[in-house]
Amino acid sequence: MKDVRFFGEGFPGINSHELQGKLIVLEGTDGVGRSTQTQLLRHWLEESGYAVSDTGLRRSPLTQPGLDAAKSGHTMGPLTMSLFYATDFADRLENQIIPALKAGFIVLSDRYFYSIIARDIVRGADPQWARKVYGIALVPDLTIYLKADIRTLVSRMVYGRGFNYWESGMDMHLSDNLYDSFCIYQTRLIEQFDQMAEEFNFVTIDANRSIQEVFEDVRRCVKSLLQDEQ
Amino acid sequence: MFKNNPYPGKLVIVEGIDGSGKSTQINLLFKWLNAQGKAVYYSEWNSSELVKSTMRLGKSEKMFTPTTYSLLQATDFADRWENLMLPLLKAGVIVLADRYAFTGLARDVARGLDKKWVRNLYSFAFQPDLALYFKLPLDVALERLLSARTKIKFYEAGMDLGLSENRIVSFRLFQQRVIDEYEHMAGEFNFTVLDGTLPVQIQQQQIRNLVKKLLLRWEGLPNPKSLAKMNRGKRTETLSDTFNMSTQKEVLE
Repeated sequence: MKDVRFFGEGFPGINSHELQGKLIVLEGTDGVGRSTQTQLLRHWLEESGYAVSDTGLRRSPLTQPGLDAAKSGHTMGPLTMSLFYATDFADRLENQIIPALKAGFIVLSDRYFYSIIARDIVRGADPQWARKVYGIALVPDLTIYLKADIRTLVSRMVYGRGFNYWESGMDMHLSDNLYDSFCIYQTRLIEQFDQMAEEFNFVTIDANRSIQEVFEDVRRCVKSLLQDEQ
Repeated sequence: MFKNNPYPGKLVIVEGIDGSGKSTQINLLFKWLNAQGKAVYYSEWNSSELVKSTMRLGKSEKMFTPTTYSLLQATDFADRWENLMLPLLKAGVIVLADRYAFTGLARDVARGLDKKWVRNLYSFAFQPDLALYFKLPLDVALERLLSARTKIKFYEAGMDLGLSENRIVSFRLFQQRVIDEYEHMAGEFNFTVLDGTLPVQIQQQQIRNLVKKLLLRWEGLPNPKSLAKMNRGKRTETLSDTFNMSTQKEVLE
């Protein structure tokens, strides 16, 4: 059990001061292997007897249809995108994450608001403005930052799902092709993550290595978090 | 907290509780400006096409919390800001807004959200060139709403706050909080306070006088007709001139 801690003012209507569960966040840029690690972690935790709930960006039932439609169009400006994602985040926080934590689940969050503000800031948002929006956010118990070089990311993209419009930041008109744009965009995102690493207490893990090697580190971090509690 | 509008366009907004008569007044103002051939644009609260389906879903399924409702309203405002209001102010257009950021500030705080947090959300907006606030007793507003339609909407009545099971009682309690917030903001944001109980045409006359004053010696974006008039007789470079010049240039090279 621990006290509920927010980055800022939190939000009204939270009627609980203690949460039993743990909030574990996996962060990192596109292609860094977050989803794979989240899955492995989930299996391992469940085998160890923990109840796990997972969440990730754009999974709010309130905003998902509208946000997906907005992303497939070409009229969504950076401020609008920023606040639309904040709505998605708040809905999941209030209706998924906090109820699960109250019930004693371990919540695995594939990305948190850090990714959102990194994207906002590289699109010109004021870094302080973006941080203040997430004064409503719960402070995670552990944030694992998977960090990989551009070369690794590019290789995983090419051998994996391929480049896409948003992951390459094509809306920013950085270049006329997906490859160059991906490299510039992801480099800028990594800069933002690096800046946040200290500010928000990320545990940085070298994600240039194999899935198993990375997972060993991930598991070690989570293990020590859970042991601390006992 | 807001920056002043640095652009040639003019931003005129109306605020007030539901039933205060502000929409009627801004519509009349729009028609008047339009009839004078002025470049004028009108934007209504919660009218972004991009956000519409989500707003509808949240309202019909009652999915909103004060926080998500606040954020989605701000998303709606941001979309209209980025895609319409801001570019039109740059272009030199009179932008009329039926409700503005102050609605978010008043309602969200009335719903229990932190004042500073909400103010941060909207801090990208400009201080309007003219902010009209329609002040009237709650009972008068309620009477107007009830005589015009039978049912007050769920979120309009603040039913999500659980203040009362009775919609009219809830409306009173919630809108009183909204009024209190408006009153707090009036001085800080330089609201021009109008008496919302006066006859419609008297209020409209007051508003037109205020707008006239605002537009004194103001030159916005001329409409295409008057632009064509200004350009009549002026001989500019014709298509064939351009063509000749470029071919000559090529020959010279």
